Amino acid sequence: MVTRLSLRAHGGAIATRAVNWLSRLSGRGEGTVAGGRVGLAICPTLLQQLARGREIVLVSGTNGKTTTTAMVAAGWGGEVATNATGANMPAGHVAALVNSRSLRAVLEVDEAWLGQVVEAVQPAVVILLNLSRDQLDRANEVRQLAQRWRAVFSLRGQRDVTVIANANDPLVVFATANAAVQWCDVPTPWLSDATSCPNCTKPLARDSSSYGCSCGFTKPTTATTILRDELTVGGREVKLDLSLPGLFNRANAAMALSALDVLHVDLGNAAQRISTLERIAGRFETRRWKEHRIRLFLAKNPAGFTAALSTIGNTGSDVWVAINARGADGRDPSWLYDVPFELLKGHRVWCWGDRRLDLAARLDYGGVDVRVVDDERDVPVSSGVVTLLANYTAFSDFLAKSQSC
Amino acid sequence: MLKIAVLYPDLLGTYGDAGNGLVVAQRAERRGIDVSLTMVEMTDQIPEADLYLLGGGEDGPQRLACELLAGQEFAPRVADGAYVVAVCAGLQLLGQSFSIEGDAVVPGLGIVDVTTRRGSSRSVGDLLVSVGDHLLVGFENHGGVTMLGEGVEPLGALRLGRGNDGSVDGYCVDRIWATYAHGPVMALNPWFADTVLAAVLARPLEPLVTMADRLYAERCQTLLRG
Repeated sequence: MVTRLSLRAHGGAIATRAVNWLSRLSGRGEGTVAGGRVGLAICPTLLQQLARGREIVLVSGTNGKTTTTAMVAAGWGGEVATNATGANMPAGHVAALVNSRSLRAVLEVDEAWLGQVVEAVQPAVVILLNLSRDQLDRANEVRQLAQRWRAVFSLRGQRDVTVIANANDPLVVFATANAAVQWCDVPTPWLSDATSCPNCTKPLARDSSSYGCSCGFTKPTTATTILRDELTVGGREVKLDLSLPGLFNRANAAMALSALDVLHVDLGNAAQRISTLERIAGRFETRRWKEHRIRLFLAKNPAGFTAALSTIGNTGSDVWVAINARGADGRDPSWLYDVPFELLKGHRVWCWGDRRLDLAARLDYGGVDVRVVDDERDVPVSSGVVTLLANYTAFSDFLAKSQSC
Repeated sequence: MLKIAVLYPDLLGTYGDAGNGLVVAQRAERRGIDVSLTMVEMTDQIPEADLYLLGGGEDGPQRLACELLAGQEFAPRVADGAYVVAVCAGLQLLGQSFSIEGDAVVPGLGIVDVTTRRGSSRSVGDLLVSVGDHLLVGFENHGGVTMLGEGVEPLGALRLGRGNDGSVDGYCVDRIWATYAHGPVMALNPWFADTVLAAVLARPLEPLVTMADRLYAERCQTLLRG
């Protein structure tokens, strides 16, 4: 083992592996959460002990966690312990660390768990991508999350963690007021949750490149910037030619590279390795389902949908959108009215999922040509690849029933 | 020209509440009525309108929205005959006072005689309200308990959810409707959108078939099943 575990932690680690092995064997899960839960029940300090002696990067934020985590792992090169399946609470972190002896780990962390996980694993670097409305039935208010993050970094302010944070998201800036931060100036199209100052609630004044408030709250000076095709990380220009689509993925890559720069990884090599990534846990992947070829996009909330919609051209192709409102999605799909679905005008849109009627009504009021999929046999086979935008459980359903091309 | 103004969607729009503006405007337009729909942001002057829409928001933005409304020609225009549909935070800030950010009591606009205090737990979940012969479906997510003053009628009786106080939801006075059913309540309930529209236009409306009819039927069926 990379660290000396207590007897109890050793038992916890063995139990974690055993339960996860059984869970995979029985086909009941991906084997990442159940075992971690058992391990933590046997040894509550298991995560602390497994993390000791490792260099750890944490990734949190509303959107882009899984992709950015995969980018850090790929960019780092070699074996990196990671929770690639997206199990982003402590049980998933335990499972990831139990399964690898690597001294390097990158873990994505659910926004609400960030404090506990920072405390437990004492990371070298924390990447904070963005904060916006998501699953409000569970999280209630975005600003409360920002407050909680701020408390985390106030406690740790003077210690060794370096925070890589998005300077264009005022809520992230507010959350890291007391941290040692390397700021990133990356495209952040969704700002509707931070129109008023997170510090004093007065209106934030904005121009195309900055924002500020009379209370003194303002955009910080950045070390990493994306300006058109040019990427500068920590003051150095980096060539980045991603296989993954969208400006939002360039933003994710810029933040991953900033973290790797702090860890003294060669930026050119890291950028090259990140550029070869083509799919991340099914995201952005073209897959086959029945006679259809579909390219899968995960979009879980208004910010994610706004980003994903920007990658759809206006070629008039068919687009599929799938919406559920199960526990992991948030049980309230009101947010559909915050998504600029009007961008889909000119396309024929097929509505899938448990809440396809909520979606269809939204699209209909938005003037989009809309069809409800009541029987999947009615959906014509397109000659090209159909784009599918789906929220969390709807995405998982499509991923499970489709195959790689 | 029917003038609809969505007030401060940048502050009171946490749950897609601005969608109500889109829905009412569309339901009017599809009946051949001339409509103007304005999104009034926090740095804008409030324009004159036939129908004002207020949404839900987080604590800080709710307080700011209330301050901004108090400093503008809003209450006088409502007194002069404008109609209002308010949800969630909007429902609270039209009242005498509300409690947010801990237990601080903030004076409301005092347009309606209701007061809101912080409840012991948040009310989060599906909402089903009997409004006359109709069912109103929606989703609530708020921490308030709202008490109606004398003579203030609730919007309806609860079938599911917590609403104002566990027994009724919202209120309905003169030209104002308010509910805790946040977000696109007008999208989920075509009859409610048309009730408001008919009142503002002061004439009955011809029927309109939209995708939302299927949605409403499905939501009613699902929520009645429990």
